[in-house]
Amino acid sequence: MTGLRYVYAVCRPFGTPLQAQLTGVGGDPPRLVPHRDLVAVVSHVPEADFAEESLRAHLEDLDWLTAVARAHQGVIDALTTVTTPLPLRLGTVFRDDSGVRSMIEAREENFLRGLDRLEGRVEWGVKVYLESEPEQAPERPAPQPAAMSGRDYLRRRREQTRSREDQWQRAETFATRLHANLAGFAEDSRLHAPQNPTLSGHRGRNVLNAAYLVPRGESEAFVEQVERTKDDSPGLRVELTGPWAAYSFAGEEAAGEEPAGGRTAGEGTT
Amino acid sequence: MTVVERREIALVDLLDRLLAGGVVITGDITLRIADVDLVRIDLNALISSVNQNVPSPFEESP
Repeated sequence: MTGLRYVYAVCRPFGTPLQAQLTGVGGDPPRLVPHRDLVAVVSHVPEADFAEESLRAHLEDLDWLTAVARAHQGVIDALTTVTTPLPLRLGTVFRDDSGVRSMIEAREENFLRGLDRLEGRVEWGVKVYLESEPEQAPERPAPQPAAMSGRDYLRRRREQTRSREDQWQRAETFATRLHANLAGFAEDSRLHAPQNPTLSGHRGRNVLNAAYLVPRGESEAFVEQVERTKDDSPGLRVELTGPWAAYSFAGEEAAGEEPAGGRTAGEGTT
Repeated sequence: MTVVERREIALVDLLDRLLAGGVVITGDITLRIADVDLVRIDLNALISSVNQNVPSPFEESP
């Protein structure tokens, strides 16, 4: 019993060896499981942590999840320097190498198609935040609270509400236009659910959380396109992340076949 | 407006991709992560472990 097999990605065979000191999930170095025209990149992980029940419990543990996510990303990152990996979802585990090989065999066609689709492409993340009302003082005690009449108070509240609605509307319009521009430039796009400010630690409300699939050679132009959005939109912040391996585009659906809006898009633009 | 670029990878950006992206395969053993909308369900758990004092935002909206 040498543990279970945690699979990071499937790739076409690549000649360059991975960095010798690279470690994956649980500290185990990533190993290659070649089969037919493909290679699975795997680590050996303890059954105690990755069998179904323990995995379910671990996924609720932020420290554990963070360590696994960082390790997974580290391996994918290393792979992107030598090939174009087709990343698998976090926590894909098989009992042994022969289970991995059967999986490759069963999905060979899909993998090859996916790898062709992603070859030479990277993913860029673009997020738009509505900064918290900049013109309003933070919730500190009003200078003369006692002096304000009930009517003044209500009027001020109404004005604040209206201004928040205006800002929200403006942010929506901006994000919709930006997404349309970038999606037009990119080969494909996905909308992720808006991020939770508590978890992201970002100020402001996330109004767009999108991913764009861009040929590596056009990345510079894409980044410039994002930077050109520095227009007269005070109170909005655009954040660019990447280049990523094409995680958001590794799913089975081919470009253009995604149902309107995508799986996570429902929340993305409301 | 400012464009912020290329900082250290934020966990939340990573989780967007690792828990909602990637090829979904049911392995020999694991739970079907594909069947669980982790980004919604487990973020509740994550958020409470990040900050016990902040209520889950998912309860605010209908």
